[in-house]
Amino acid sequence: MGILVILEQKGNSIHGMSLEAVAAAQDMAEKLNSKLSILVMGNDIDPLTQQAKSLEASEVIAVNHELLKEYSCDGFAEITKQVVEIESPEFVVMAHTYMVRDFLPSVSVFTGAPFIADVISFRAEDGNSVFTKQMFNSKLGSDIVVRGGSCGLVSFQSAAYQASAVKRGDTPVRQIELSLSQEQIRSKSEEPFQESSGGVDLTSADVIVSVGRGIGEDTKIPMVEELAKAMGAEIAASRPVIDSGWLPPFRQVGSSGQNVSPKLYFSVGISGAIQHVVGMKGSQSIIAINKDPDAPIFELADYAVVGDLNEIVPKLTEALQNQ
Amino acid sequence: MKIAVLIKQVPVSDSTFRPAENELWIEEGQIQYEMNENDSFALEEALLIKEKRGEGEVVVVCMGPSGRAPRVIREALAKGADRAVHIVEEGPFETDPHQIAHILFESIQSESFDLIFSGLQSVDLGMGQTGVLLGAMLGMSTATLAMSTEIQEDKIRVKRELESGWFQWLTLPLPASVSIQSGINTPRYPSLKGIMGAKKKEIKTINKTDLNLSEGLQKVTRIYNLETDKQTEYIEGDPDVQVARLMDILKSEVKVLGA
Ligand SMILES: Cc1cc2nc3c(=O)[nH]c(=O)nc-3n(C[C@H](O)[C@H](O)[C@H](O)COP(=O)(O)OP(=O)(O)OC[C@H]3O[C@@H](n4cnc5c(N)ncnc54)[C@H](O)[C@@H]3O)c2cc1C
Repeated sequence: MGILVILEQKGNSIHGMSLEAVAAAQDMAEKLNSKLSILVMGNDIDPLTQQAKSLEASEVIAVNHELLKEYSCDGFAEITKQVVEIESPEFVVMAHTYMVRDFLPSVSVFTGAPFIADVISFRAEDGNSVFTKQMFNSKLGSDIVVRGGSCGLVSFQSAAYQASAVKRGDTPVRQIELSLSQEQIRSKSEEPFQESSGGVDLTSADVIVSVGRGIGEDTKIPMVEELAKAMGAEIAASRPVIDSGWLPPFRQVGSSGQNVSPKLYFSVGISGAIQHVVGMKGSQSIIAINKDPDAPIFELADYAVVGDLNEIVPKLTEALQNQ
Repeated sequence: MKIAVLIKQVPVSDSTFRPAENELWIEEGQIQYEMNENDSFALEEALLIKEKRGEGEVVVVCMGPSGRAPRVIREALAKGADRAVHIVEEGPFETDPHQIAHILFESIQSESFDLIFSGLQSVDLGMGQTGVLLGAMLGMSTATLAMSTEIQEDKIRVKRELESGWFQWLTLPLPASVSIQSGINTPRYPSLKGIMGAKKKEIKTINKTDLNLSEGLQKVTRIYNLETDKQTEYIEGDPDVQVARLMDILKSEVKVLGA
């Protein structure tokens, strides 16, 4: 019993979001008065194990296997399943990363434990563990519980907890040997690659004007480009604008695009989905234009301009040009 | 090549959502429904594969109420899907993805699909796992976040999106279940001929209540408005007044304009 938090490796270190997951797991362990274990898995994981040792927990469980050298859904799901069977944790905690989206559902099927995905907070209430998740395009919250005493798999949304809140310690390590064979890994992966950047570094821009699907059609992109020019800003976009081919991929902000933190992020017709928000929430100031007063972007914005971008953008451009 | 595509009807994404009185679902009164966006990319990918190979069958599988699910099913048939399986669910709606996958499993396991495509996540619940759960239940190989696919004899090669603009190609043996990311293709509009032809295509209905189901594994206990503590200045009213205030902010508060 207890909480098992699984670390994800990025290069030779712990994935940044995994540290947030450790903060979440430490909070859960404290509120539930349970034991916390940290799982690291991979091949040649000594550096990772050393880093994990410095996090406060009851123990670090290390699984070293040459077939875990590269990530595979089958390999990681199989090993996690075995650890869950041996350790019978109450909750398995991870960050809601691309890797977790990929293999945790399989663990759910293999173990019969539900996967509560993309959670933003946890509380213990009348003996129940309650997780909160955004639903309906991030506009509503929902409380979710695991039914009957089963184990629960939980992934935390980026920034639900702060990595800086992680408590440090000197935690003992336990190595465990698990079996995994080549035949169990059905996929074959090639080298990861990046598509060309187009030479624009959005991360160094002071001011960014970012355009979303609210623009409606590509013929209106020049209207926003004019605004960006008048403001001396770089133009950026949300994913649907890129998906539609209205602007090139290197202008995308968000979890699958760039992370920016300009002095001013001026968003036009963007709803504020979490995958967009993770890429711009570090901006010093945020101004958002949206016709929907309930748009989630307004919860993050310093200034919320409620109205039709088609009316406001040209007028603002004109005012900027005239000053 | 027999391909199943999971499609779901969801509220139009810029709807105004209010929790229902029992706080277990939303107030449905004013809401319009459409095919979940990611699912329309999944459908298009299946149709492209069938067209490229010049053979195969695309079957859409949809769970939803009899009042509105048939609309998205007919839309899929009009775009080119060959037939449909409609699992009728009249509400309260299942929110546990494991249970939903189990229902889909019960409904299609006898069909022996080579491929299952699903949208990566839904606009309403956003659990992002149903297609993978179903694939794993069927013993298929699985992959997520596909941005390109290629069929190679008894394998599928998938370009997976990784974080921050990285990608990776991956080859999986068939049968496989693959979740599709937005932007992989440009979903078509149904043609007039397609719309006419859709009327003759088979829609098999299965009642959820006829399936042998145990309790789900996770449960939504409450749906509500989230509070935030961020101090936001709302600038409402006439566009001229809004622009004047914006100019003020840009000059004196955010200070991004030269003096
Ligand atoms: C794994 C994954 C990765 C992703 N990565 C990214 C990413 O890197 N970047 C990203 O942006 N998204 C990403 N997404 C997609 C993300 O979930 C959202 O779908 C997307 O950000 C929505 O873009 P949007 O706000 O432009 O569009 P919508 O959500 O459709 O919002 C459009 C907004 O425009 C407003 N609007 C409409 N008309 C007007 C008008 N006339 N005047 C003013 N306002 C108007 C509407 O009220 C609405 O709020 C990812 C999703 C997943 C699942």
